[in-house]
Amino acid sequence: MSGAPLLAVEDLTLHYATRAGEVCAVDGVSLTIEKGQALGLVGESGCGKSSLALALLRLQPDNAQILSGKVLLDGVDLVSLSDEAMRAYRWNRIAMVFQSAMNALDPVYRVGDQIIEALEQHVPSARKQLIERVQELYDLVNLDHSFIARYPHEYSGGMKQRAIIAMALACEPDLIIADEPTTALDVIVQDHILREFGNIRRELNMSMLYISHDMAVIAEVSDVVAVMYAGKIVEYGTAEEVFTRPIHPYTQALMSAFPSVTGEKHELATLGGEPPNPLGLPPGCHFHPRCPFATDICAEQEPPTVRRGEHWADCWNPPEEQGDD
Amino acid sequence: MTEAAQATSSVDSRPLLSVEGLHKYFPAATSRFRRNERFIHAVDGVNFTLAKGESLGLVGESGCGKTTTGKMLVRLVDPTGGHVIFDDGVGEPTDIATLHGKPLKEFRRHAQMVFQDPYDSMNPRRTIFDTIAEPLQVQQVGSLVDRIDRVTEMLALVGLTPPRAFLFRFPHELSGGQRQRVAIARALIVEPSFVVADEPTSMLDVSVRTGVMRLMADLAAGLGISYLYITHDLAVARYMCSRIAVMYLGKIVEIGDTEEILRSPQHPYTRALLSAVPVPDPTVKRPPVMIEGGVSTVVNPPAQCRFYARCPLADDYCKTNDHPPLEHKGQEQIVACYKA
Repeated sequence: MSGAPLLAVEDLTLHYATRAGEVCAVDGVSLTIEKGQALGLVGESGCGKSSLALALLRLQPDNAQILSGKVLLDGVDLVSLSDEAMRAYRWNRIAMVFQSAMNALDPVYRVGDQIIEALEQHVPSARKQLIERVQELYDLVNLDHSFIARYPHEYSGGMKQRAIIAMALACEPDLIIADEPTTALDVIVQDHILREFGNIRRELNMSMLYISHDMAVIAEVSDVVAVMYAGKIVEYGTAEEVFTRPIHPYTQALMSAFPSVTGEKHELATLGGEPPNPLGLPPGCHFHPRCPFATDICAEQEPPTVRRGEHWADCWNPPEEQGDD
Repeated sequence: MTEAAQATSSVDSRPLLSVEGLHKYFPAATSRFRRNERFIHAVDGVNFTLAKGESLGLVGESGCGKTTTGKMLVRLVDPTGGHVIFDDGVGEPTDIATLHGKPLKEFRRHAQMVFQDPYDSMNPRRTIFDTIAEPLQVQQVGSLVDRIDRVTEMLALVGLTPPRAFLFRFPHELSGGQRQRVAIARALIVEPSFVVADEPTSMLDVSVRTGVMRLMADLAAGLGISYLYITHDLAVARYMCSRIAVMYLGKIVEIGDTEEILRSPQHPYTRALLSAVPVPDPTVKRPPVMIEGGVSTVVNPPAQCRFYARCPLADDYCKTNDHPPLEHKGQEQIVACYKA
């Protein structure tokens, strides 16, 4: 992993105009994804993780506005591209898999035709070649060719998600953004999909931004992890660093609140309060009203960045650094 | 039923609920002119007991019949066969599978349900007070003043403080976690003997979920309530339930002590289910799951093990024999498998 990163997001800020007032959903987010790397973005509902994903593709809703920042893909700033130019990037270079795969397919068309229709837009070629391409894609995601000519209702939930992944892979994008792609699936199906995703990604050397609220899934799929809270990335580092030596109290709380089926049964920690209302974010560190380590300064000033090598977090009262030995 | 024979034993040794051969068949397709002969065997001969104050976890993938089972226990769904003997040690043991009319209405104060979606399970036009007081109104308990006192008490009990600030708010003013607390208060206000909780925390965020789980556990311990805790998440079941029952296509395939099952699952399905749960530790690499695909539906299933088609251990014996009976395999572990 050397040279310039594939994707560099610099100080991205996105606001929603709502009737109740201006909501800052993404607040000065910076992150980078190297070629072939998987970044796991973890956070709870309303923390801005999906807004961030949509903003990267410039698919944010009409009432949202990117106020500042850059999204550099191989050095090209996607934020300043024209709509027409942006269209060439979507799907060709960056593809997205949404949470509601069940609803992403049109029920009245055969699934194969839907993939072909999309393919035609991006790589116009003869129908025979397109069908061959769809067959290749179905092989890649372990779907039987006989399903190409079937309708979405004949697919199970896991199969629909596979078809959507096949669609996302169609143009061999450099980056896949996966927003909770397995949340609605049962664990066994989730396991299959995650493994296939991993294999395909390694095979094609694709980068991935994987968004989830599930710490365990993030731990399994990511090389690098970013933890998001109230529109900001509060901790960032390699998966191993973040999970074994978390710095931010929020990350620690998420981890100790997460039940596991393996190992000793530990007492689950309870985090007081509720995620903040984005219309009235607490001043200083947004997490301070719920933080067990909060001091006076946390409520007054934005926290500084604590760096431990590549691993960092924004916190006034980080835990002592643990020695490796 | 042999109620008289059991009358001599002590209250605690008798289970609160004994479920015997419970089933529910839904017609697979309805035709106005022909007799329907195709049935979905949603719940197909389920047996278990629920002791007083116990939490039993019912786990399985979507479509396995766990919600239908739960709804039959509170009679939101009528069983097509089997018995559910309810014995709270106060009244006579009764078979609630066949109750109707006034006795059914009286039974409902003993059995309550908490649903998965705190956004869908409340009337948006009714205040929190109306929502929580509704069971009292239905059961005609107390005057309006009594009810206000009771609801205030319940709000404090579920951690919505100060209670007076919540009484006349509407559901949309509350967060998901707070709504689920309201749903729990509504279920508990009639002082039920047992509560069927259908994925009560699966829609909540991690940081809020633990609080609701702890509240439910504390209330069960304090008030002596039994739970049938329905969940797809084995990790959650581990924290809520002393025993778990694993369901597959309408059948219980394994039932026993939670830690024992997690330590040494016997049924190949339980093993697969357990090995598919992601581990929140990036240094751990899970071995691949041994079985394929998801759950299908069962329309008139053949007389063989329900898990036959997906089972890595299946052989001709499993194919030619009926679904295996539940047998003791561990200390308290009961498994339905010929090969385990």
